[in-house]
Amino acid sequence: MTYCGHCGEGVDARDHSRCAELLQMEPPRFCAECRRRMVVQVVPRGWSARCVEHGEVRG
Amino acid sequence: MTDVLQVARTHVLEQGLGLSEELLVEVLRLPDERIPELLELAHDVRMTWCGPEVEVEGIVSLKTGGCPEDCHFCSQSGQFQSPVRAVWLNIPELVEAAKETARTGASEFCIVAAVRGPDQRLMDQVREGIKAIQAEVDINIACSLGMLTQAQVDEFVEMGVHRYNHNLEAAKSYFPQVVSTHSYEERWDTCLMVREAGMELCCGGLVGMGESIEQRAELAVQLAELQPHEVPLNFLNPRPGTPFGDQELMSSQDALRTIAAFRLAMPHTILRYAGGRELTLGDLGTREGLLGGVNAVIVGNYLTTLGRDANEDIDLLAELGMPIKELQKTL
Repeated sequence: MTYCGHCGEGVDARDHSRCAELLQMEPPRFCAECRRRMVVQVVPRGWSARCVEHGEVRG
Repeated sequence: MTDVLQVARTHVLEQGLGLSEELLVEVLRLPDERIPELLELAHDVRMTWCGPEVEVEGIVSLKTGGCPEDCHFCSQSGQFQSPVRAVWLNIPELVEAAKETARTGASEFCIVAAVRGPDQRLMDQVREGIKAIQAEVDINIACSLGMLTQAQVDEFVEMGVHRYNHNLEAAKSYFPQVVSTHSYEERWDTCLMVREAGMELCCGGLVGMGESIEQRAELAVQLAELQPHEVPLNFLNPRPGTPFGDQELMSSQDALRTIAAFRLAMPHTILRYAGGRELTLGDLGTREGLLGGVNAVIVGNYLTTLGRDANEDIDLLAELGMPIKELQKTL
């Protein structure tokens, strides 16, 4: 993982513990591999986030 | 000087009348040590005028992001540097979302789109989606698709839409600080059309957007004037990239005072926990609100953020001895 799924910054750039907390309450918006903004769909009991280059993650 | 809770006991609890704006300001200014007493009264009002049942609803975003409006709290506006990208849900996914919602015991399923108002493409998608849901799922269908024309209101009635959501969002005096691309009056007009067409009106707002105590009371009485069937109460969840992204979270005490005040303003309405409650109130506050005037919940996820596990809410309702309202087809 290179980028934070919440803020899109590099995982080594700063402390992302707040981002990690927020990711408990919202899906990732940035691809962890390339930091592209993902297409995110939230449904009542789950979510999916799709990066055009690196595919889909679900939660 | 007469105590405001004493006045509320006579006026709201015994007579079923809403509290005035002036008295709501007093309620919202009560000190923290009086919050338990306030919540107890609001709960008594809810039990007396609404009963113990809780209405459970699930919501889904049919069209996410790319909205032309500039509601300053919303991550779906195309006018801000929000990380939310535009996406449409397809019909099978919509039906699956309705099934997931029905499995929780919910009686309501609300289809939402981030738009100023529905265009023909959206109307067609909604019509097809409603038909598909009605064929497979036993649940009341509500919609929240922005501002409507009279012809669109009539179309939704004909489609069998049971309830329409259109929030005032903020008090009239604060509205220009929240939205500049449409007016409070335009929202009001859609609400009136919905109500007059015989659909149930769902109309609420957000608190914690920087409004004053007086403006919170003002919003409550303006909502009361519309006589909505349901009032969803949202607590601002500051979204990155929006003008309110750096706003501090509302305190849980203020949130609880607001819940109780809204119940005292509208003793007969369905008062629903909507977005932001997990962040603002947490588990303990969620319980306190249900024992302080709230009688409806959105279970599961929201439009762009995640909610608590639906089972946690269902278990909590069972623990509190609050039965889930059963499905009733009203139209």
